[in-house]
Amino acid sequence: MNLTELTVHELKEKLNNKEITSQDIVKAYVDRINEKEPEVKAFITTLCDEALEQAKKIDEEGDYSSFKGIPIGIKDNINITGVKTTCASRMLENFVSPYDATVIEKLKDEGIINLGKLNMDEFAMGGSTEYSYFKKTSNPWDLNRVPGGSSGGSAAAVAAGMAPWALGSDTGGSIRQPSSFCGVVGMKPTYGLISRYGLVAFASSLDQIGPITKDVRDNAMLLNIIAGHDEKDTTSENIEKKDYVKALKNDVKGLKIGVPKEFYGEGINPEVKKALETAIAKYKELGAEVEEFSMDVAKYALATYYIIACAEASSNLGRFDGIRYGYRTKEFSNLKDIYKNSRSEGFGAEVKRRIILGTYVLSSGYYDAYYKKAQQVRTLVKNEFSKAFEKYDVIVTPTAPTVAFNIGEKSNNPLEMYLADICTVPINIAGVPAISVPCGVDSNGMPIGMQIIGKHFAEETILNAAYTYEQNTNFKENKPTFKK
Amino acid sequence: MKVSKEELLHIAKLSNLILKEDEVESYLLNLQDILNFADIVNEASTEGVQETIGANSNYNVFRKDEIKEFGNRDILLQNAPEQEDGMFKIPKVI
Repeated sequence: MNLTELTVHELKEKLNNKEITSQDIVKAYVDRINEKEPEVKAFITTLCDEALEQAKKIDEEGDYSSFKGIPIGIKDNINITGVKTTCASRMLENFVSPYDATVIEKLKDEGIINLGKLNMDEFAMGGSTEYSYFKKTSNPWDLNRVPGGSSGGSAAAVAAGMAPWALGSDTGGSIRQPSSFCGVVGMKPTYGLISRYGLVAFASSLDQIGPITKDVRDNAMLLNIIAGHDEKDTTSENIEKKDYVKALKNDVKGLKIGVPKEFYGEGINPEVKKALETAIAKYKELGAEVEEFSMDVAKYALATYYIIACAEASSNLGRFDGIRYGYRTKEFSNLKDIYKNSRSEGFGAEVKRRIILGTYVLSSGYYDAYYKKAQQVRTLVKNEFSKAFEKYDVIVTPTAPTVAFNIGEKSNNPLEMYLADICTVPINIAGVPAISVPCGVDSNGMPIGMQIIGKHFAEETILNAAYTYEQNTNFKENKPTFKK
Repeated sequence: MKVSKEELLHIAKLSNLILKEDEVESYLLNLQDILNFADIVNEASTEGVQETIGANSNYNVFRKDEIKEFGNRDILLQNAPEQEDGMFKIPKVI
């Protein structure tokens, strides 16, 4: 039995039955990381020794309640006390976090063990993890392809069995798109369901932490752990605590599914479209009611997203000045030089591009034409989702227009890279939840993902829809091949 | 909107960034490309439409203005590139 192939609920059952120990699990993962890291390159920091030590302690105590003894991987923009948070940037190469993010506190309260920090695009800006300052992560299904991004390390680690589950963050698709590319399950919860305290901010009105897992049940379990109001994040909503595992009913009879035709048009790869059509037919067979509809404002969503996200990023990243933390230039004679040279040397090309774009759309003379206009279009996008959800329980689209592309294919063309987010960004603009679940492979054996979108705080509905699909199909049985 | 080299350099200055000569050229092309694409928002009919400033309902969240001690100043200073006597150190400004 290979423990790294099991889901967390399977591991948990074996732990509870005393068939295995926490040390068995953590050792299996440490071995797997040592074996696969040279080709997958998913981790920026590994905490293998610390993890083994913690597992030993838990086994000695013999208490496996909550999630004691289960390991996890964390995207490297989420703070853990005493561990580096690099954001895959030269700017934070040596930054050691003085505190835990709220989601980390919650994981620690459950007795969950950290295996390490996972690679990403620098400051979560990108869709391929190629913009990491440290390394390019490979897709476990084909090592010449990208794992997607920006949570590419998290998705690749889960797909490769180097972590049983992981946390990512999603500003415009950064959990869902890599989950789709790597054949795993990833959710961006409703904005405000999860505290962002301790997540390094990219675009504060869009960022949300979420779970990346091997299957839908694990996804619901991890969401149970991390969801909840936090006084340290005033945008986290104070809503009643739910048990998302209880929502998994394996039944979609009467579920009203809306299929927006704009998400199946130009730019969508025919094999992706075919897989989605087959998945939708499956839902009909399972008793769901499917209807096609039009979402007219979808065409404005990507531009709106890049205006708003870059504007917020240009403001958020103003704090990196080489004074209190982060990279400081060697070349300076006055304070202004420290700011300018530290930022110019510490940030990578894509981050600088987005700061410049963001500063441009906020600058006097262009504010009305871009930023204000985008904020108004954001209202239109939100309204259109609200209108759609008066009729439908969920909306189903592809997660990404294509399967994982080759490393290097888009890294020199920013606009083309942005187009990979076309199906996911509208969801962040509206603030609603969405989950990506595997729904097939293309002719090269690369995974395809289906995105299921729900109303505000209707995570239960999208989890059940994803679960029912997963239970009635067998895509979960496809395993990455580490093709060279 | 057409972006000039001067405008790009002005924006870089506002962003506290220095662009090298070869960067100026590529950033100018990228910025122009992205702005041409972003211009599509101006086709949307937004007359009388309110701006959305956040993803959740717009309201202010108030709390009591109470001091909570973090308790470990050293660990906060530990990430500073330069420090002295429990303070961040910067070059002379006056």
